[in-house]
Amino acid sequence: MSKNQKPNRITRRRFLKNATALGGAAVLGFPMISRSQAKTIRVGMPTILSGRVAQLGTSSRNAVMMEVEKFNAAGGLGGRRIEMVVRDSKGQPQEAARVSRELVNSEGCEILFDAEASSGAFAVNEVARDLGVLCFHINSETSALTADPKNRIPNAFRTARQGVHDSIAGGHYAASVAKAKGLRQWMTCSPDYAYGRDTTAQYLEYLKLFYPQAEVVGEAWPKLFQPDYTEVITKILQAKPQALYSCLWGGDLTSYIDQGNIYALFKATQFFAVNMADYTALTVVKNLPVGIHSGNRYIKTFPKTAANAAWGDAYRAKYGEYPTNWAWESATTANFLTAALKKANSADGKKLAEVLRGLKIDSPFGTDGTITMRAEDQTIIGYAIGWGTTISKEPYMPEVTAGDWKQILELELDWKKRNKYI
Amino acid sequence: MDPAALADCLKTTSCVVTQVTSGLIIGMLLFLVAAGLTLIFGVLKVVNFTHGSFYMLGAYLALSVYKITDSFTLAVVCAGAGVALFGLVFERLFMSRVYGSNVLMQLLVCYAFILMMDDAIKLIWGAEFKSMGMPAAFQRPPILLAGGVIPAFYLFLIVIALAIGAVLWLVIARTRIGKVVRAAAHNPTMTSALGINTGLIYGAVFAAGGMLAGLAGALAAPVRSMAPGMGVSILIESFIVTVIGGMGSIGGALAGSLLIGLIRSFGSIGFPLFTEGIMFLFMAMVLVIKPSGLFGKDI
Repeated sequence: MSKNQKPNRITRRRFLKNATALGGAAVLGFPMISRSQAKTIRVGMPTILSGRVAQLGTSSRNAVMMEVEKFNAAGGLGGRRIEMVVRDSKGQPQEAARVSRELVNSEGCEILFDAEASSGAFAVNEVARDLGVLCFHINSETSALTADPKNRIPNAFRTARQGVHDSIAGGHYAASVAKAKGLRQWMTCSPDYAYGRDTTAQYLEYLKLFYPQAEVVGEAWPKLFQPDYTEVITKILQAKPQALYSCLWGGDLTSYIDQGNIYALFKATQFFAVNMADYTALTVVKNLPVGIHSGNRYIKTFPKTAANAAWGDAYRAKYGEYPTNWAWESATTANFLTAALKKANSADGKKLAEVLRGLKIDSPFGTDGTITMRAEDQTIIGYAIGWGTTISKEPYMPEVTAGDWKQILELELDWKKRNKYI
Repeated sequence: MDPAALADCLKTTSCVVTQVTSGLIIGMLLFLVAAGLTLIFGVLKVVNFTHGSFYMLGAYLALSVYKITDSFTLAVVCAGAGVALFGLVFERLFMSRVYGSNVLMQLLVCYAFILMMDDAIKLIWGAEFKSMGMPAAFQRPPILLAGGVIPAFYLFLIVIALAIGAVLWLVIARTRIGKVVRAAAHNPTMTSALGINTGLIYGAVFAAGGMLAGLAGALAAPVRSMAPGMGVSILIESFIVTVIGGMGSIGGALAGSLLIGLIRSFGSIGFPLFTEGIMFLFMAMVLVIKPSGLFGKDI
């Protein structure tokens, strides 16, 4: 060390310089590292939280949150947790599309959970097509959403039941009852919009396929959310059908039953209501007629497994109300996403989409305890589907005839060919 | 379109009885709502766009009272009184401030209240739909008359609605209170100059209109599911009724309601996909031929 050299000691100036550098690095650098380690996986969820079907949207959100909480509590994806960003679309397709864009572009969401009714789902699908973001259609049951190649996109998956599946299972069940009871004269009463028209037409198609003697003697098309069904009910009474099909739902269905009851309508005819066996309707109707034939929407006794009953009870314990049809579909969505995250070990949309195609998961809502994401049209199969008759108290639908998935898939294939989807 | 089915129906007594009764049922509930709307317009010269929300409030109040007391009579009475009180407060605190303003300002105040009342219903009763269920007294098989089917509850509704309509007519046409109300409607300045408190009259008329809507909501509650926003559809039909019958005419409201009821009842057989179209077509015809409505004059 020369005479002029300063000893290598910490001067006040050097200390301040180093401290500033260290502080700067700490402020600018280390948080980047820690943030990347704990960066959440943001999932945007447009759904209906206001208006007449707010109960369904709320149940969708609740079911997703319940499953996401389990995933996060178990450590997430290597410490990365899922963060849900839920927005109200008010049930308006244009609002659903706007909210979806905002969730991706402004809120930084990497994945979309489209918990809309069919009208909104088609709008969100176009947003997903445009932005290329991974999208799950949670609640739309309109078959064309994934069956029609014009609508299908590689980054969108349907985790809802599908209209054509319900119609095949429902048509088969109705035909077996009709054969046994000699129900030849049928009438329909469904809401006058796309879902009502499509579902009714498909149902009748398969009823006639399995029971060609069935004859439709009249149709009634009340408006969606119509408060008074008196003229519809008296029209049905005049036609005197032996059996009546309806895909009215929610408050419309309960009003229809309340008003039909005082005309003794359901004593005069066998009533097939696909949307009856959902707790939202079952628990609201005070004088539920015994013996309404219904498809299962969500009931905790079908599939009759401990896992399904436990899920239904857990939901009710957490939120103080029964789950809905949208609730099981939403829980299934969250389960598919978390399974895909683990399998891909990544939150990258393209990698997740690859893993999702053909993915089979354990599920309380599956006929055999599993649900599969069919690869070719990216929609779920194998979920519980069945029909039975209702009673006015728990378990509401004691015996359920399960739909035959082999038959459903064969006839669905035929339906796709006839519609030139494949 | 199935005019042949309509012709067949008109040939059979059972069909005519059932459909006429059906028309009366639809019409009488509509009459109660439309009568309140037209009463308020006739006296105050304001279109109460919140009237559908009054109907909704009546239905929810009836539901709560019925749940607590298990008495449908008490539920109907409390709903009518509750909505009347609400109407009085609404008129005194808000509507009375915009009487002199243009229609847009009145519409704005009403629309704000429609939104607020929908949200209030959600907060108090929840967003999900509700059903009251049929009171035990009416859980009985329908009455068969000449082959036609008439539910006991609907017979009760028709009688009650007619009775309310008759009382309303008597009060307006044959009592001193009615005279004062008609005077206030005809010339409020002169009425006020004679020492009559017109503000009180306006408040009372608004309360009476609200009571009619509340009663309609309560009477409909056993057969119609309740949900926030349920007042909108009944409001639209009530407007059709008041336009056909004549704004401000109670008799016109009755005639318009019955016409709409019968159009819907028989239209569902002959023109099932164009029933609402017929209603609007009829309204358009009335507007062209007699723009003031069938009975269009001040009460």
